[in-house]
Amino acid sequence: MKWIAILFSLSMLALMVSCGGETQQTERKTTAERQTASKVEQKPDPRGVGEVTKVELTDPLDQSMIRRGKQISDVKCAACHKYETEERLVGPGYLNVTNRRSPEWIMNMITNVDVMLDEDPVARAMLEECLVRMPNQNISIDEARDILEFLRFNDEEHAGKRDRGVL
Amino acid sequence: MTKSVIFISSAVLMMIALFSCRPPAPGAAATGDAASRVYVPPGEHDEFYNIVSGGFNGQASVVGLPSGRTFKIIPVFSVHPENGYGFSEETKPLLNTTHGFIPWDDLHHIAISTTNGVHDARWAFANANNTPRVARIDLTTFKTVEILEIPNSAGNHSSPFITENTEYVVAGTRFSVPFGEAADVDVPISTYKENFRGAITFISVDPDDGEMDIAFQIDAPPFNYDLARGGKKVSRDWFFISCYNTEMAHTLLEVNASQRDKDYIMAINWRRAEEHARNGKGTVIPAQYAHNKKDKNTHSATSTIKEGVLMLDPTELKDIVYFIPCPKSPHGCDVSPDGEYIVGSGKLAALIPVFSFSKMIEAIENEDFEGDINGLPILNYESVLYGEVQRPGLGPLHTEFDGKGNAYTSMFVSSEVVMWDLKTLEVIDRAPTYYSVGHLMVPGGCTADPHGKYLVAYNKITKDRYLPTGPELCHSAQLFDISNGRLELLLDFPTIGEPHYAEAFPADLIKDRQVRFFRIEDNNHPYVTRGPGEARVERESDNVVRVYMTSIRSHFRPDNIEGIFVGDTVYWHVTNLEQEWDLPHGFAIKGANNAEILIMPGETLTLKWIADRVGIFPFYCTDFCSALHQEMQGYVRVSPRGSNVPLTYSTGK
Repeated sequence: MKWIAILFSLSMLALMVSCGGETQQTERKTTAERQTASKVEQKPDPRGVGEVTKVELTDPLDQSMIRRGKQISDVKCAACHKYETEERLVGPGYLNVTNRRSPEWIMNMITNVDVMLDEDPVARAMLEECLVRMPNQNISIDEARDILEFLRFNDEEHAGKRDRGVL
Repeated sequence: MTKSVIFISSAVLMMIALFSCRPPAPGAAATGDAASRVYVPPGEHDEFYNIVSGGFNGQASVVGLPSGRTFKIIPVFSVHPENGYGFSEETKPLLNTTHGFIPWDDLHHIAISTTNGVHDARWAFANANNTPRVARIDLTTFKTVEILEIPNSAGNHSSPFITENTEYVVAGTRFSVPFGEAADVDVPISTYKENFRGAITFISVDPDDGEMDIAFQIDAPPFNYDLARGGKKVSRDWFFISCYNTEMAHTLLEVNASQRDKDYIMAINWRRAEEHARNGKGTVIPAQYAHNKKDKNTHSATSTIKEGVLMLDPTELKDIVYFIPCPKSPHGCDVSPDGEYIVGSGKLAALIPVFSFSKMIEAIENEDFEGDINGLPILNYESVLYGEVQRPGLGPLHTEFDGKGNAYTSMFVSSEVVMWDLKTLEVIDRAPTYYSVGHLMVPGGCTADPHGKYLVAYNKITKDRYLPTGPELCHSAQLFDISNGRLELLLDFPTIGEPHYAEAFPADLIKDRQVRFFRIEDNNHPYVTRGPGEARVERESDNVVRVYMTSIRSHFRPDNIEGIFVGDTVYWHVTNLEQEWDLPHGFAIKGANNAEILIMPGETLTLKWIADRVGIFPFYCTDFCSALHQEMQGYVRVSPRGSNVPLTYSTGK
């Protein structure tokens, strides 16, 4: 019995060590990115970390923004995020994201993902759950705003409510 | 008295210094602080990019200086297992020729593009020596984007060398061969002198996008054309090409092509030749050549066979070709940064002749000729000579310049580098190489503006310099510091393949221009999959299936495929949806007899696979992409032909 316990903990240790190595390899960050990452912020900001500090939402929804946002999302995001559910594929489903998170947080997550995954406690918790770093898909601020409009539309259509995460 | 004491003691010191430059045993040559002078701390970058030819591997490598570290192999004329170059359907056409697909050639020389004689480093050009071709490498992606076959040429050695503004890439033939119609080329070898001809090819380069095409060829005497340089500044309108076998021997050249005391450097007034070509003074002769181009938005290459080349006859167009006598079987033919001096390196000569461009022009104007070859003037040696470097060493091959008035010549036979003064022609320093140096390279050393800080010697023999690896050894390079007016050995480093010529330029020229990923919005590949919604499998015909597949961390879509039958050819068109630097995905499927592919972010590549038996075939990502990389996989089911398994595909069901 003891032997089994020792063997088990030894193999766990080996597993942890080898996983550690792989994680380091996975995080293909540049030196500059790593330097940014070292300045870990302690107080969580519900707006997340990044250059988006205030988003002006408009009503009604802008149809051309929704169309553009869906186009970008179909190409760059849909491989990992389902639209009409909260169910996780690789990352969480889109449904209710505008009700759970602020628009600023959503746009920072899209446009500043590497820093968010290192510094934002909510994003970090999600990484621990999903274990795949959300890719930086090189989406501009304007494109992220279009995607946000699509997410608002998606919530309105399939959750019956939107924008509850507004600060 | 005091003066003579100083003189004698300094002479003794010099002798000691000279003596100490020749270590009794290999390995004792580097100076004490050499390590710190080549050390690039972790996370920092080298000062220079060094693009090094790979010789018989048909590739080029990218080396950092001063560290000597190799960062990348650029496949050019050879297939490459690292990224599927020459294996993917998109890259196969690049290696097409009029002889069909050629998987492996011999790459000797690199030319980095210039503007006003100074590196702009937009493109690197490289030659295929065996089946004559010139390639263009885009230095924002470090990918081979164009390959042009050279007709009427054999052993494309005097190639590629460029004019001052990269107007032309010049490719001289090593082997003279007969050309023209079939009846003209089916001739006895013994009729060499009558029927063989040497084609010098001028390839135009589009100043905007770099696209190459054959502008014209010069029909030169049946010599062997060896190496070349474009003129610069004062000599910018001229091109200089070394010629050997002016004996015109066709057998046992080792003896028969070493008879004459002097061969020639051929001087071509390319501006005049260009004018004649423009004015229709040549003849279009039958010739076929492949022109292969890669489109940056479809990520795909095409190969077109073109017909006919414009041939200029210098015996009729009398103002384009002149010969400068040069002792003896000249190899290197190098032009000083100011364009005034042309240094010929006679492999069998005991001296290095330095010719003067201004004296050459004067001799041409005065018709100061000592003879002619089929009516092409031979200039008087003495009239064109600036001077000779006496007793430089044995077997001079190549000369580079540091921009401070010094020249450096490699000595193959005496295995050393010799530094000499371009004005006084006095030898200043010499350093042994390990062993048998071939080409030399100073960053920018062939341009109008050399960076005279380092010199690299590319050696032909390695022997005992590294841990032994059986009979087959790496080649070696040696880095010297030349910033202190002498040759100081700093570093030995191994090279990939056999290094011939190489060029280096400041990293700052291009490092901020690097493409980090291909924008998926710009991907116009005919079989692109723009997003998972487009992922699908289509049966195109009874035995051709196309898979439109996406890859992103960390899954393929689709990843379960059924309804494939034995004998089907399946094209796996994999689009990497990542839009982040350094996130390639790989693709490999069991039984593929056509290697694997490595797809850059935003790129689409295709692996052709034939379903050869019934069963389940797994496929997976070959590049560690995320913590769940080992989960990035899928299955394809192959059923007997004629079975009724419907074509289905899915992900996550």
